[in-house]
Amino acid sequence: MTQNAENVLDHFDLFRQPEYKEMLKNKKEKFEDPHPEAEVEKIREWTKTPEYQEKNFAREALTVNPAKACQPLGAVFAAVGFEGTIPFVHGSQGCVAYYRSHFSRHFKEPSSCVSSSMTEDAAVFGGLNNMVDGLANTYSLYEPKMISVSTTCMAEVIGDDLNAFIKNAKEKGSVPEEFDVPFAHTPAFVGSHITGYDNVMKGIFEHFWDGKAGTTEKLERKPNGSINFIGGFDGYTVGNLREIKRIFDVMGVEYTILGDNSDVWDTPTDGEFRMYDGGTTLEEAAESLHAKATISMQHFCTEKTLPFIKGHGQEVVSFNHPVGVAGTDKFLMEVSRLTGKEIPEELAKERGRLVDAIGDSSAHIHGKKFAIYGDPDLCLGLAGFLLELGAEPTHILATNGSKGWAKKVQELLDSSPYGANCHVYAGKDLWHMRSLLFTEPVDFLIGNTYGKYLERDTGTPLIRIGFPVFDRHHHHRRPVWGYQGGMNVLITILDKIFDEIDRNTNVPAKSDFSFDIIR
Amino acid sequence: MSLATAEKLEDIKARNKELVDEVLEAYPAKAKKKRAKHLNQFDEGKPDCGVKSNVKSIPGVMTIRGCAYAGSKGVVWGPIKDMIHISHGPVGCGQYSWAARRNYYIGTTGIDTFVTMQFTSDFQEKDIVFGGDKKLAKIMDEIQELFPLNKGITVQSECPIGLIGDDIEAVSKSKSKEYDGKTIVPVRCEGFRGVSQSLGHHIANDAVRDWVFDKAGDKPAKFESTPYDVAIIGDYNIGGDAWSSRILLEEMGLRVIAQWSGDGSIAELEATPKAKLNVLHCYRSMNYISRHMEEKFGIPWVEYNFFGPSKIAESLRKIASHFDDKIKEGAERVIAKYQALMDDVIAKYRPRLEGKKVMLFVGGLRPRHVIGAYEDLGMEVVGTGYEFGHNDDYQRTTHYVKDGTLIYDDVTGYEFEKFVEKIEPDLVGSGIKEKYVFQKMGVPFRQMHSWDYSGPYHGYDGFAIFARDMDMAINAPVWKLAQTPWKN
Repeated sequence: MTQNAENVLDHFDLFRQPEYKEMLKNKKEKFEDPHPEAEVEKIREWTKTPEYQEKNFAREALTVNPAKACQPLGAVFAAVGFEGTIPFVHGSQGCVAYYRSHFSRHFKEPSSCVSSSMTEDAAVFGGLNNMVDGLANTYSLYEPKMISVSTTCMAEVIGDDLNAFIKNAKEKGSVPEEFDVPFAHTPAFVGSHITGYDNVMKGIFEHFWDGKAGTTEKLERKPNGSINFIGGFDGYTVGNLREIKRIFDVMGVEYTILGDNSDVWDTPTDGEFRMYDGGTTLEEAAESLHAKATISMQHFCTEKTLPFIKGHGQEVVSFNHPVGVAGTDKFLMEVSRLTGKEIPEELAKERGRLVDAIGDSSAHIHGKKFAIYGDPDLCLGLAGFLLELGAEPTHILATNGSKGWAKKVQELLDSSPYGANCHVYAGKDLWHMRSLLFTEPVDFLIGNTYGKYLERDTGTPLIRIGFPVFDRHHHHRRPVWGYQGGMNVLITILDKIFDEIDRNTNVPAKSDFSFDIIR
Repeated sequence: MSLATAEKLEDIKARNKELVDEVLEAYPAKAKKKRAKHLNQFDEGKPDCGVKSNVKSIPGVMTIRGCAYAGSKGVVWGPIKDMIHISHGPVGCGQYSWAARRNYYIGTTGIDTFVTMQFTSDFQEKDIVFGGDKKLAKIMDEIQELFPLNKGITVQSECPIGLIGDDIEAVSKSKSKEYDGKTIVPVRCEGFRGVSQSLGHHIANDAVRDWVFDKAGDKPAKFESTPYDVAIIGDYNIGGDAWSSRILLEEMGLRVIAQWSGDGSIAELEATPKAKLNVLHCYRSMNYISRHMEEKFGIPWVEYNFFGPSKIAESLRKIASHFDDKIKEGAERVIAKYQALMDDVIAKYRPRLEGKKVMLFVGGLRPRHVIGAYEDLGMEVVGTGYEFGHNDDYQRTTHYVKDGTLIYDDVTGYEFEKFVEKIEPDLVGSGIKEKYVFQKMGVPFRQMHSWDYSGPYHGYDGFAIFARDMDMAINAPVWKLAQTPWKN
């Protein structure tokens, strides 16, 4: 027995004690009927080969370790960006438990969302009663300003009609007639979480601008000088939206952030639980019709929302999650063009500081090979920055990337000599990436927490940028947008590079001649 | 004496009653009537906790419950390490449950073990329209080719599978035949079935019965039986819980031939009917298969509780009572061996925790099982409830709770927040969805599903960690900072 009260061993050390090692060995040998070790080793080696890669890439039906989630998750993400809004997911309740857990694990924050708790009877008779009772309960209990309704795959398969159900529920007095209940159908078997984000954003504007599902007159657009900003599904939403607001304020831009969830996922610990905090007000959501233009920071998160907005007479401009100097330049110049506001010296200085930092450090990044995976826009933004740093992106993979996305990435790669040896993988998963990392190794991998399995299997150091990041804390509080955000990304990459250099040079009398203290 | 115990029982009861009434006021009439049946307090001498359970959650509230898929894939089948579990349907369910439950295991992931991987059929619209059976068959072929050392496959059905009428049983049977009798298990655990994850446990248990036991038949075990063979049932090895339990059973002279299902393997499942006794930790999730083995194979089962020295000693003796004197002596030897460690742990932590009040809300067994561990540290559980308990769970809870303990079945977010606000416990133990709500309120919290990535908490080694963690949570300096000084 090695446990003792003075120095309590938990799982990190406890199970490495001899008595546990012995116990586990015994369990395996006597009861698990294991494959011979040599066989395991043989297969492990085989999975590293080009032959295995070929079979792996020939897969047509199986998905292993995908880097995407389902539509309803994005629906919840979008909905909590509006003031006093509770997302109401029409379908079976287990899904909501999953969305809430998923967000809470990433943001380390409460994630409020309700379900209509449909079960077998609803599968047979439809979920109308669940909608009628559910809206009434949500309204009374959680006193929201708005309830944003979306669906799960269950409600979609049985064909529940949200528009009719909500009307019906209102007639039965579940919520007052004039209470805002925008909705969007978000089947989990179409697209991914970014599609769900898109559908709900469009649903909300449709509601406010186009007569609240036939209950009021459509709003008439009276153009003003303001601009709208849509961030898209973004694991850095807390840090990023605040940075964007700062930039707009510095520029003196009149703006509205649409779907501003930066406060609700960053509430203080001060003795009070805030179910709602911050968010785009409902007035702002309606008034946003009159803006001069709408900027989307993530094109692939707004593929339906932008044409809808454009159809209402606004100019729309979209980016692909810009990271770094050129991306931010382009963004600021567009903002300046749209608003007529000059880019102030303060931002120019920030730009210069980022360029300065790159100049100081890019020698450590230059020529290093990177693999990137994540959402389509994020991949584009990161790839752009890597090219700027003189790094060589080598594999770029988005499980929810389309052919159009792949083409756009290729265009970006073609624009730089550093992109020459890079391949783009749309619709592939992290088990595909595993093969790539064995057959065409890179120096670093950039992606979300799930990449730690790739780091372990292939020995490729993982730089955590993306969503979800569960196993590191508070990254979402730091922006990755703007020049300062670029600085954060640069530092994150450099820290990993230096950690690796130290790790590779710290063996006494073998490699520690390069164990430098100044770099 | 602490404040908590200084309060008069009748005051506590009056307060609880008032609190329940107050909470119910917020609901519309229909919902109020339903929820009233789930909120109560324990009255000494009653056969249960006076609440209804295992009925549908009311729509539109924040229930903490999950679904049948979560019960089957997330709990029962997922930890079986050498099989590949396909999340069959759209991508989300598998993604959100991917490695989220820390079922520890030993093995080469991706080669001969697969617990922390996410295999999905990633249903698209065309699969909904045309059905997914052909795709499923193809997936199995691809699994066979790319993961040749897998020892079996399970199909964990998501909502659409049952709705569109796919015949996953037929696919499983024909593919099993094609692969020389490989174990392939279709599980009808669609999320809309039942009222919580509980039905998923039951369905998963039945799938073991029908597709593993019946198939394995009289296949001989790879080992010689002994009179001391037992199987651990209903321990998912969260943070290594089953290991810190197994070591005690082995130290007392028993031989553990199978672990269900944490760090479990198909060989262990198949060998379980050879056990002389099944020792059952999570009654809720695995009583079904234990009862089946009792009926079919005549294997008795016994519930045990390995949280805290009092309950551990009681349980070791209870388990030993099914065996001869050698094992009974073995149990006493184990209890004696760890006595000094337990004395040290309690001497160190009890003074820091004495009289602290705890409120719990968890899943299968923990709403009752951990009460003894808190009491060993001088703490008092003043409120508890189950996410998906049944009436028999609430009956069993009466052995643990004190008169006047607040009971809340399938508590809603609103109710839980109000209860904690009023009762002001020193610690709340629940899950990730509840954690940050209470921490914002300045109330210390521990996750009682994942142990906040600490653990194990089972067994004597685990109790030392449990005590340390509770002290760390309650006495962390941060909680003194929660109030803004210039605002009070």
